[in-house]
Amino acid sequence: MPGLLIWNTAPLNLKMVLRTKPSLFILFFQQLGELSLLSFKSFGNIFRRPWEKKIFLQQLEEVGVRSLPVVSLTAAFGGLVYGLQTYVAFHRYVGPGSEAYGGAVISLGLAKELIPILVGLMVAGRVGSAMAAEIGTMKITEQVDALFTLGADPNRYLVVPRVMACFIMLPCLTLFGDFIGMLGGYLYNVVAMGVNRTIYVKNTLLYLELWDILSGVSKAAVFGVIIALIGCWQGLTAKGGAEGVGRATTRAAVLSSISILIVNFFLSKLLPASLG
Amino acid sequence: MIRIIGIHKAFGTQKVLRGVNLDVERGETMVIIGRSGSGKSVLIKHLIGLIKPDRGEIYVDGVEITRLNEREIHRTTRKFGMLFQGAALFDSLTVAQNVGFGLERYTNYSSQEIKVLIKDSLAKVGLRDVENVMPYELSGGMKKRVGLARAIAYKPEIILYDEPSTGIDPIRADGINELIIMMKKELGVTSVVITHDMVSAYKVADRIAMLYEGEIIETGTPEEIRQTSNPVVQQFIHGRAEGPIEQCC
Repeated sequence: MPGLLIWNTAPLNLKMVLRTKPSLFILFFQQLGELSLLSFKSFGNIFRRPWEKKIFLQQLEEVGVRSLPVVSLTAAFGGLVYGLQTYVAFHRYVGPGSEAYGGAVISLGLAKELIPILVGLMVAGRVGSAMAAEIGTMKITEQVDALFTLGADPNRYLVVPRVMACFIMLPCLTLFGDFIGMLGGYLYNVVAMGVNRTIYVKNTLLYLELWDILSGVSKAAVFGVIIALIGCWQGLTAKGGAEGVGRATTRAAVLSSISILIVNFFLSKLLPASLG
Repeated sequence: MIRIIGIHKAFGTQKVLRGVNLDVERGETMVIIGRSGSGKSVLIKHLIGLIKPDRGEIYVDGVEITRLNEREIHRTTRKFGMLFQGAALFDSLTVAQNVGFGLERYTNYSSQEIKVLIKDSLAKVGLRDVENVMPYELSGGMKKRVGLARAIAYKPEIILYDEPSTGIDPIRADGINELIIMMKKELGVTSVVITHDMVSAYKVADRIAMLYEGEIIETGTPEEIRQTSNPVVQQFIHGRAEGPIEQCC
């Protein structure tokens, strides 16, 4: 079993993998190359006219407005559960009466990490997969070829408006989610558990910096670009009829979700904790 | 008008075109016949720049199009209209928006003028009062007609037809054949039709070329093709299971 040998003979790992599964390596770099080319082409096309304004506005609505219900729900429950756990932690480890100091922790955690991630994952599942399905269907029914023959560059018509819409709307959704999430944390602690409202709010305002919100919003803009590029890439490379479109849709959601989690770690490490 | 010289194309290890040579004269209807999967669609997509060949040259009005970049090739695609096998109408747009798509991009007409041209193009293919209908509400034959209206709306010099009679009943297929003949007579366009339907091929063609194993093996008028001694062409045009063409591929 070549697979077993790979794990058992450490010095031969790379050689074995290359010998037994060369297609995996080629496939990985081929796909990485495809995605990179699409990204470079799309970034170059952002500044070229004519802009597809109508498609861009449709995408703003699709990505932004239509994601509001799902973002509201996840942000609200994210805020509630984060508020709950912070309350429990302060109550258990700092002592009864200290729970009001959790406001700053809740707001900071939500703004910097939880809300951008939740918004990113929700939009990846809702919008990224829809992009792959729509463009994939267009690809297998030759609509993408038809665009080309009718004088429209498929990249400018399909990819650029989606990348721009996600780049703009993800930060907006994150800001909205921050507000809902913080409201959830506040409601659980102040309204449901009766912690001191003045201390809770004062502490939140004292320790939460504008940069905490901006860093979360910046991350969301990056997540938006990732979601749109992966969704469009999967759609444009879909093959093999309905089954291929289904596969592209699933891959778009999974790949963008994983990419968001990985990129989030590096962004958290790279972005300064505070501007002060 | 179109000159194809030694086009080779492979997808992975599968060699689809192995040195195709073909000339299409201005104003003629050239029908390319061949088995399903013989590379007819691949060949026609080379003409409009959708696929780049591995080797060979394609001249359209003297311009070698295989070496053009994407921007330059869009200037050449303006000369072409294409009817796709499944019509390839844009799902999210109405019939009028589909037909007007090329007009908006290739011409400087005002929106009022475009509306008139959309109506004209639809009337040419025998459709009326369907401007606001969505493509999913149309039958297969109507979709093909809208696809043709979209292809002719901006008055291209060359129309490419990819399997125009596939997927529709014989009566509607004949209607499409009549439209192809009408486009040639009324608009004077050069047409390249790919099909494996011999009834359609004989009806619309000025010349017929047969693509077999990645090469054009025979070219001639419908009568010359009928009379040819080439056993491969004879087997194909008579639709016989037995002969030099293998069943397996």
